[in-house]
Amino acid sequence: MSTNNWPLWEVFIRSKNGLQHRHVGSLHASDATTAVENARDVYTRRMEGTSIWVVRSEDITASDPQFKSEFFDPAESKIYRHPTFFELPDEVKHM
Amino acid sequence: MLENKSTLFEYLLYLGDTSLILSHRLSEWCGHGPILEQDIALTNITLDILGQARFWYQLAAEESDTNLDEDQIAYFRESNEFRNLLLVEQPNVDWGQTVLRQYMYDCFITTYLQALTHSSDSKIAEIALRSVHESQYHYRWSSDWLLRLGQGTSESKAIMQESLNQLWRFHQEPIVAASFEVEMAAQGIAPDLETIKTEYLDKLHTGISKAGLVVPDDGRLLAGGKQGVHTEHLGYILAEMQHVQRTYPGLEW
Repeated sequence: MSTNNWPLWEVFIRSKNGLQHRHVGSLHASDATTAVENARDVYTRRMEGTSIWVVRSEDITASDPQFKSEFFDPAESKIYRHPTFFELPDEVKHM
Repeated sequence: MLENKSTLFEYLLYLGDTSLILSHRLSEWCGHGPILEQDIALTNITLDILGQARFWYQLAAEESDTNLDEDQIAYFRESNEFRNLLLVEQPNVDWGQTVLRQYMYDCFITTYLQALTHSSDSKIAEIALRSVHESQYHYRWSSDWLLRLGQGTSESKAIMQESLNQLWRFHQEPIVAASFEVEMAAQGIAPDLETIKTEYLDKLHTGISKAGLVVPDDGRLLAGGKQGVHTEHLGYILAEMQHVQRTYPGLEW
C-alpha cells in the first residue's frame, strides 16, 4: 500500500429513515464522489446504512480542548435542565 | 463431467465459470490494493462476483440430476471443461489494467444480466435480477476509475491505453454465440446476443472515449473460452485454486 496525500473525510451514516446521520469514522479519498463510494464500501458492507454524508475533515471547526473546563464544566449539576419529569409516550422513539 | 449433461448445464457453467475465474483473478489483489479503501472496494466486488458464481453452480448442480455439488463443479474439472470468457482469465498486470479488464467485463455483464432478467427460466431470471444490481455498482466503480486514470496524468493515461491495446482482442467474445447459447436463446432461456450487441458496444465505446483513449483496430480478435479452448493462464489459475480439494477431496474448513 502506498502512503498517499489524499485528503481525509469524515463519514456520517443514517441507518434508517427517520434517524439522524451518525459519525462512523473517517477515510481518505481524492474527491467527494470517491469519498462517498469509499464510504459505501468501507462502512455499509453489513447493511448499516441507507444514506451517506461525507465532509472534509479540515472543514470541521472543533472546540478547543484547552477550554474544555470553561465550555463544559458549567453544565454539571444542573439537574433542572434534564427533562426527567415528563412521561414519554411509548410512540416516541429514539429520544 | 460434461458427458451426458444437458445444454442448460453447460450454459450455467459458462455463467458460473466466468464469474468464478474473474473473482479468482480479483482476489489476487486482496491486501495489495493501492490504498486501503480501494483494497476493500475491490474485495467487495470480488466477493459479489464469487457469490454470483455460487448461485450459477448451485443451479447447475440441481440441473445435473446427479449428486454433484457446487464445490465439485468448481474444483474437479480440467481447463478444457471450463466455459469462461478469455478476458477474465487474463493475469493482473497493474491497477490500471485491472480497472480496464473490469470495465470491459462490466459493460458486457450489466447489459447481459439485464436481458437475462427476462429469461423464461424463473430461477435464472431471479439470479440475474439479484446480480445485476451488484454489477451495476461494479460498472459505476470501474467506469469512474477508467475516467479518472484516462484523464489523469500522462503516465496513467499511457497505462490505460496500453491495457486497452492488450485487452481489446477479447472484447468480441462475449457477443459471439456458442452453440449452447443459440439453443438456450431459442428456448427463451438466454438472451439473443444480437439484441444486446449494440447496447454493449455503445457502452464500451462511450467510456473509452470519455476517458480520452483511442479504440484500437480490431486486429486479431480472440475467442474460444466458451468452447473450452483457453489461454495458457487458465491452467495456472486452476492449479492454484483446485490443488487443496484435489489433494484432500471433500475437505471442509
